[in-house]
Amino acid sequence: MSEALRIIQDPTLTYRQELVGLARLGESTDDSLRYSDAYYAAKEKGALCDLNEGKMPFRPRYICPDYDLLFEKGCDFLQLDPPKDLLEAVNVLEIFYCHVPSITTYPVYLGDLDRLLEPFVIRENRAYAKKVLSLFLRNIDRVQTDSFVHADIGPEDSVTGRLLLELTEEMQLAIPNLTLRYDPEKTSDDFALACVRCMLKTAKPSFANHRMFVEEWGSRYAIASCYNGLSIGGGGYTLPRMRLYECALDAKDPEDFIANVLPTYIDLQLEYMDKRVRFIVEESSFFKTNFLVTEGFVKRENFIGMFGVVGLAECCNHLLGIDDVKKGFGLNPEATALGRKIMDAIEKRVSAHVAPYCDAFDHHYRLHAQVGIDTDGMDDSPGTRIPIGAEPCMLDQLEVNEQFHPYFPTGTGDIFKFEETYVKTPEAVLPIIKASLGRGLRYFSGYLENNDVVRVTGYLVKKSEIEKLRQKKQSLNQVTLYGMGAQDGGHALDRRVQHHEESAGK
Amino acid sequence: MKKAPVNRIIPFSNVDGPGNRTSIFFQGCTFHCLFCHNPETMTCCRSCGICLSYCPVKALRKKDGKIVWDSEACVQCDTCLKVCPHFSSPRVTWMTVEDVLNQIRRAMPYIDGITTSGGDCTLYPSFLAELFTAVKQQGKTCLIDANGAYDFASDPALMDVCDGVMLDVKAVEPSWHRELVSFDVEPVLRNLDYLLSVGKLQEVRTVILPNRDRENSETVQFVSQRIGGRCPYKIIRYRPFGVRPEYRRIMGEEETDPVYAESFVLLAREKGASEAFMV
Repeated sequence: MSEALRIIQDPTLTYRQELVGLARLGESTDDSLRYSDAYYAAKEKGALCDLNEGKMPFRPRYICPDYDLLFEKGCDFLQLDPPKDLLEAVNVLEIFYCHVPSITTYPVYLGDLDRLLEPFVIRENRAYAKKVLSLFLRNIDRVQTDSFVHADIGPEDSVTGRLLLELTEEMQLAIPNLTLRYDPEKTSDDFALACVRCMLKTAKPSFANHRMFVEEWGSRYAIASCYNGLSIGGGGYTLPRMRLYECALDAKDPEDFIANVLPTYIDLQLEYMDKRVRFIVEESSFFKTNFLVTEGFVKRENFIGMFGVVGLAECCNHLLGIDDVKKGFGLNPEATALGRKIMDAIEKRVSAHVAPYCDAFDHHYRLHAQVGIDTDGMDDSPGTRIPIGAEPCMLDQLEVNEQFHPYFPTGTGDIFKFEETYVKTPEAVLPIIKASLGRGLRYFSGYLENNDVVRVTGYLVKKSEIEKLRQKKQSLNQVTLYGMGAQDGGHALDRRVQHHEESAGK
Repeated sequence: MKKAPVNRIIPFSNVDGPGNRTSIFFQGCTFHCLFCHNPETMTCCRSCGICLSYCPVKALRKKDGKIVWDSEACVQCDTCLKVCPHFSSPRVTWMTVEDVLNQIRRAMPYIDGITTSGGDCTLYPSFLAELFTAVKQQGKTCLIDANGAYDFASDPALMDVCDGVMLDVKAVEPSWHRELVSFDVEPVLRNLDYLLSVGKLQEVRTVILPNRDRENSETVQFVSQRIGGRCPYKIIRYRPFGVRPEYRRIMGEEETDPVYAESFVLLAREKGASEAFMV
């Protein structure tokens, strides 16, 4: 059966999902963007992975438009005037979102929604504003049907931020993904607690280390897609990844890996990125004619290439001959120290490479702890995470994360799954998040074990929607399929639950 | 060096007082409660050695007359606890204050404070005072989870560094209290009044038992009238989990029905305990 026929006969695909599948198939028919034979060999053996970005990049992977500019000047191409009230503001956004490309075909960054909408919200009465925002969120969930659609709030408290949290809890939607940009000096405990409460009931928002991101990107940064740090008015050209476990299979020992194997694969991935970035900028029409560029909503110099890695844990365990994950990376100081050595080596080599068209970032790519894809199975854990099933107690897990999160300006994160009683004690979660962000954690996600909306590696899905797919029914959210694959192959929903333990003795 | 027997330390707990807390469980108890769900914390190991032959992974051995526990080899199957005829555990470490501080050092940045529990941690009051003094120097709060046997009023040194006490009032009727916990109720109630008077009653807890209408009512009414809205009143349902089989036969195999327990929350509020809630 041809791939095209398979796509159009798949009962679980919606019309739009078929269309996207067919477009990918069409894109794959052109081989004119070529890489070296060594690159193809590395890809073939699974050491390098292009995340199915497609053979003909016709847009950057991630785009983070400058929505402030949209609200200030409107958009000629879409014939939109600057909004004058809340209804106009959400209508302008809803229309604009439909024209923001990405690897997923859906917009991966919806803007700092609280800051953008606050001037309009505070002019309305609360009930009316809430009604408008609820329709706005419903529109996003039903039209931008992909869990990598991501909105940001914070760091300051606001009426809009509070309304978005209330609605997030009431509506229980998987889309959009949501991040609180947390800054201990700008985010009140009260607002942060409201976010924790919401997170325990809906698996969002996650908490981003605002200070860390500002230091690396300046204040105009976005958290997009899963947890990706990028520049507003820019984005990410491409995100390939080294599958470190498969890379390690070539090495005799840790020294051989760091001295010989690693540099070879790093350079091959850099070759891929350079060629791809050049192609997007020089060959495809995006940066020449797309209205986002011509009207200034994005600028080419604010884009960056994202250098991804996965499977650090399995890589270290393999190199040290550790079979039992419970005695490996993250739990064994020797394995964790090797992990740091490897990351130091990757960081050094990547930051020594002069990258094309990364003007705003000193002409360098930045590292990304890729969150894994459904076909990874148990071979490569997301980024630098401790493997599922080996997680130590939360304190130990946080301390390991704090060592590795600083390496990844374009994103990393870990997920903590909480047991029921935490719903009643959000004040027991906040100090953990605050302390860990203060100690180098970049990004914290949590969810409650019994929720319908849950976080799979880095994105949200509904367990009830996964069930639909299992029954050969369609799911409107195109990411549900990944969620099912990640659970079936990688047990992604089986992350260790943070239990309180029964108080002894009474 | 002062030492105390520590059963275990939990770095993060959300159920032992406000916020995120490290809980330190001491071994040994003045009470002997029928519904205790951690009966292995009641007494200190007397090295009888009965557990040795039962350990499936040989994590226990005898050295110089004492039972030595190999925490690396242990698989936490709890067999040793189940077979112990003395309500004890071989998995206890005698620790100095410094040992405890070293153990909780890494958790410190993430927690609001510590809670000492047991067993009954007030068997070791001077140890607690020393521990609390050091912890408070680091800006953290120190709470005691107590059965109420210890006379807090007699120990100003400890009370100076203790931010609050979470007190169990298991029963108020003297003979029922004695039957239930093998200890007089009088010191417990004296502590209730004393801690209220010095503003250090963090919360009071009562376990609602199945089929004990009169006893449950008496206890809840008494406590509610005493504490009013001055501190939270936690109504806990009896659960047979962890309770020794011989006591389950007395206390029941069923956990307390939540609707039944909720009726005591309402009673508590009616009698003035405005902060009564069920867990």
